[in-house]
Amino acid sequence: MGEFAIGQPVTRFEDPRLLRGGGRYVDDLAIPGMLFGQVLRSPHAHAKIKSIDISRAKAAPGVAAVLVNEDWATSGFGDLPRAEGKKKRDGSPMYRPHFPALAKDKVRYVGDPVAFVVAETVEQAQDAAELIDVDYEILPCVTSVALGSEPGAPLVWDDCENNICFVHLEGNKEKTEEAFAKADHIIKKRFVITRVTAATMETRGSIGHYDKAADRYTIYTTLQRALNFREELAETLNIPESRLRVVAGDIGGSFGMKSGVFNEVGLVLLGSKVTGRPVKWVCTRSESFIADAHGRDNVSDAEMALDKNGMFMGLRVRNLVNMGAYTQPGTDAGAFSNLGTLAGVYLTPAIHVDVTAVYTNTNIMRPFRGNGRPEAAFVIERLVDLAADELGIDPAEIRRRNMIPPEKMPFQTGLSFNLDCGEFEQVLDQSLEMVDYKGFEARRAEARKRGKLRGIGMSYTIEKAAAPGYEGAEVRFDRTGSVTVLTGAVTQGQGHETVFKQIVSDTLGIHPDEIHYLQGDTDQVFFGEGTGGSRTAALGGSAVTVATGKVVDKAKKIAAHMMGVDEVDFAEGVFTARETNRTLSMKEVARAAMSPKNIPQGMELGLNATAAYHTTKQNYPNGCHIVELEIDEDTGQVEMDRYVVVDDVGTVLNPLLLKGQIIGGISQGVGQMLMEHIRFDPQDGQNLTGSFMDYAMPHAEIFPHIDIKSHSVPTKTNILGVKGAGEAGCVGALPAVANALVDALSHLGVKHVEMPATPERVWRIMQEAKAGRA
Amino acid sequence: MHNFNYHRAADVADASGKLTSLEDPKILAGGMTLLPTLKNRLAAPSDLIDLAAIADLKGVSVEGDEVVVRAMTPHAVVAASAEVQKALPALAQLAGNIGDPAVRHRGTIGGSVANSDPAADYPAGCVGLDATIVTNKRKIAADDFFLGLFETALEEGEVITSVRFKIPTRAHYMKFRHPASGYAVVGVMVAQYGSKARVAVTGAGPCVFRLSEMEAALEKSFAPSSIANIKVSAEQLMGDIHCSAEYRAHLITVYARRAVEAMV
Repeated sequence: MGEFAIGQPVTRFEDPRLLRGGGRYVDDLAIPGMLFGQVLRSPHAHAKIKSIDISRAKAAPGVAAVLVNEDWATSGFGDLPRAEGKKKRDGSPMYRPHFPALAKDKVRYVGDPVAFVVAETVEQAQDAAELIDVDYEILPCVTSVALGSEPGAPLVWDDCENNICFVHLEGNKEKTEEAFAKADHIIKKRFVITRVTAATMETRGSIGHYDKAADRYTIYTTLQRALNFREELAETLNIPESRLRVVAGDIGGSFGMKSGVFNEVGLVLLGSKVTGRPVKWVCTRSESFIADAHGRDNVSDAEMALDKNGMFMGLRVRNLVNMGAYTQPGTDAGAFSNLGTLAGVYLTPAIHVDVTAVYTNTNIMRPFRGNGRPEAAFVIERLVDLAADELGIDPAEIRRRNMIPPEKMPFQTGLSFNLDCGEFEQVLDQSLEMVDYKGFEARRAEARKRGKLRGIGMSYTIEKAAAPGYEGAEVRFDRTGSVTVLTGAVTQGQGHETVFKQIVSDTLGIHPDEIHYLQGDTDQVFFGEGTGGSRTAALGGSAVTVATGKVVDKAKKIAAHMMGVDEVDFAEGVFTARETNRTLSMKEVARAAMSPKNIPQGMELGLNATAAYHTTKQNYPNGCHIVELEIDEDTGQVEMDRYVVVDDVGTVLNPLLLKGQIIGGISQGVGQMLMEHIRFDPQDGQNLTGSFMDYAMPHAEIFPHIDIKSHSVPTKTNILGVKGAGEAGCVGALPAVANALVDALSHLGVKHVEMPATPERVWRIMQEAKAGRA
Repeated sequence: MHNFNYHRAADVADASGKLTSLEDPKILAGGMTLLPTLKNRLAAPSDLIDLAAIADLKGVSVEGDEVVVRAMTPHAVVAASAEVQKALPALAQLAGNIGDPAVRHRGTIGGSVANSDPAADYPAGCVGLDATIVTNKRKIAADDFFLGLFETALEEGEVITSVRFKIPTRAHYMKFRHPASGYAVVGVMVAQYGSKARVAVTGAGPCVFRLSEMEAALEKSFAPSSIANIKVSAEQLMGDIHCSAEYRAHLITVYARRAVEAMV
């Protein structure tokens, strides 16, 4: 409807509330009688717990309970959710360790929860936690994924041979071997994708409330998928889902990190059950670095086979992927669920990937914006640039030569993805034009005069979004004709409220001011999954569209009945009786639909509608990023100067929010490439980057204007034609920045720059390259 | 945070008296270092003596050949002061680039100087601009004030009341920010006083220090080329996971040269 229609740059309806401090995050919530929890965490990466003495803590002022593993084991609660379904190389099942909320006998990473103190105040809980005496016997540890699977590495789990969690194979090995046997050129490279942390603006938190009278649990927490969360948590608690309510308020960023049922969720519920009072735990910023799940962290040995004309013949990749010390559903997905991105937008006929997932003495992993996509994009797009360099072909040209043309759609790529649509060459050309690719060498020469090494780098990446799944939506009319819309999706800042209100407003003709958006409460939302994997516009948006479609269908019948005609037209919220000048608004019909006298016989009252939408096919957002940057020859400092993106995310529901998503994604990709890095001491496994004093985050000031254009090729895999946009920016940024760095240093013979490209690292690369040349 | 007693000092004498009489007191100036330390439970002083209410400790002025900054003056005030910008622009510029806007509006010169954080900017300003640290008891030359890592010449009961910077012929401050914390990895204040030169470096060592070799070279010829090839030893410098001692040593030469470039 008008300015709020689908496709309009509507400003976010949630912003005035959030920006004025009106958000309702977990920590904003206070329940009468509430106690506070503090987790005592392991200070060691790997140690035997010889004994725990809680007597001093229990006697401390204000303490209501001190919980240790034994309390969890005897509570009737089971393991936290555990990953399942994968296999080892010999076909035996994956290694799935038990996962109590408090460590039993051994701790396996710095931050592993050992005890949980519940007290009247946070300070009392903190004081008491310091009085717990744990006697540890320190064991050797391993934090590096490359070392973790080597024979003789310390074992994270005694009965898990070589720390191997599972092996995943994908693609066609035989065809790939053949391609390599016939190749004119083979490009080989080991890529190390570093470990990063989500560093969400809102840290994790939970309030557990066990209502003894009703024998029902409520958890207020930070999450992404309330209904999936309830299913997993109910299993841990050994109760039917009907006895568990999961509530998410506003969520201040997640990027995949908050998607799991973390230890503290179980702990606040057990704490509440034991004390009979609600228990709140909120992670401090310092704690988050050692308590949150981390992202990425893998090593890729990649090889590309090419013919003499620079056509890609085959791709062979072996990945070692860090699982951390425990696995949960989804913590392993980054290892295997998005490998198709390795095929890129290219015709490469033969691809094979061999993935080994490895336990180490580190934090558990969870998806982090892209969840395997940026990692794969980095590998293929760096390889393409290495190949271009080796064969002396321009990076844009080698991509163009190998791109899948639109007339070949649908196209089965060499690795899993079956693409439905895409106009890659047009997107590439538009990007080259926007960045003034032809003028680059002049800019490079000019920069050189200023003591700056200028480089240009591009990436053309593709990913899957909205993996086959479902989402629910409900449109509820009240008696005044205003609307409440509910979906299973849970916004973590993406702006679901805005987009869903746009869809409802556009399809029903109701002003957004009269639409209330409700999410995240399993007692309210009837059906759905949640938000993640760039799925909500496609699945949630389609579900809302189906629901409003049902409303319109029914309302048309009622309007026709009321106006005494056979058929009515509906547009912009108004029903029009053909051949008469009578009209009714959607609101009028909605109000009238509450009264039996206004509706046709046999029809149910009201205009409420629900939809359970599902897809069987994912969609494939893709796009081209080109970045120009300059390196300070004296210091190695990198400054980005130009950044252009042309993205195909199908139908654009709201260009303003789309840009926000792309820019946010780019920031996190650039962050990883230039500065972010969770590092562990290789000897004792301590997290060396446990605060923002050591963990570098990108600030707005390092970014140039990011010029974004959309080249929309709507997909037919969902009714709105949208492709996912939440992760795309991050996917394209990592390799584009890396390629630009290498290009800036190419005159020195530099072929690769490891992430993060900190000033000192770049300076050392320049020193070594110059020394090598001298 | 552990519990502590809070005192709002009426004047400097009151603060000084409490500082000597209470069990384990700490002066609270801007709190930019102290408060995060308390929040992380890394310190547990018995008492905090807040200087915020002492009006005498605020403000900047130019007195003869000196710029006087009173101890509780926030960095943002120094940066925005028209007087300072005119008399000693390098100081305004230094103050305007400390931390972030929140830090600049809360953090004070007295707190920064008393803390002697190896990566703070003001120590380079004090030593490079031949400042005098004035306390309730005496005047201390900046050269004698900063003794080591978080260590100063301040004695028990001594409270900084102002810092007096000597106005140079010209001066310039340049820093390389830490990729994570934003603190100075290397900050170099270069100042020329007639035929004399001062080069003070913060961030790189355990405490601010002067580079006499560069000073001598600049006194011979005040030009970037005079110091561009003077290598600094990494031996006494600090290193962390982002910036090694060797890299810091290299940056000192680069930033000293750039500071001179900006002046000539």
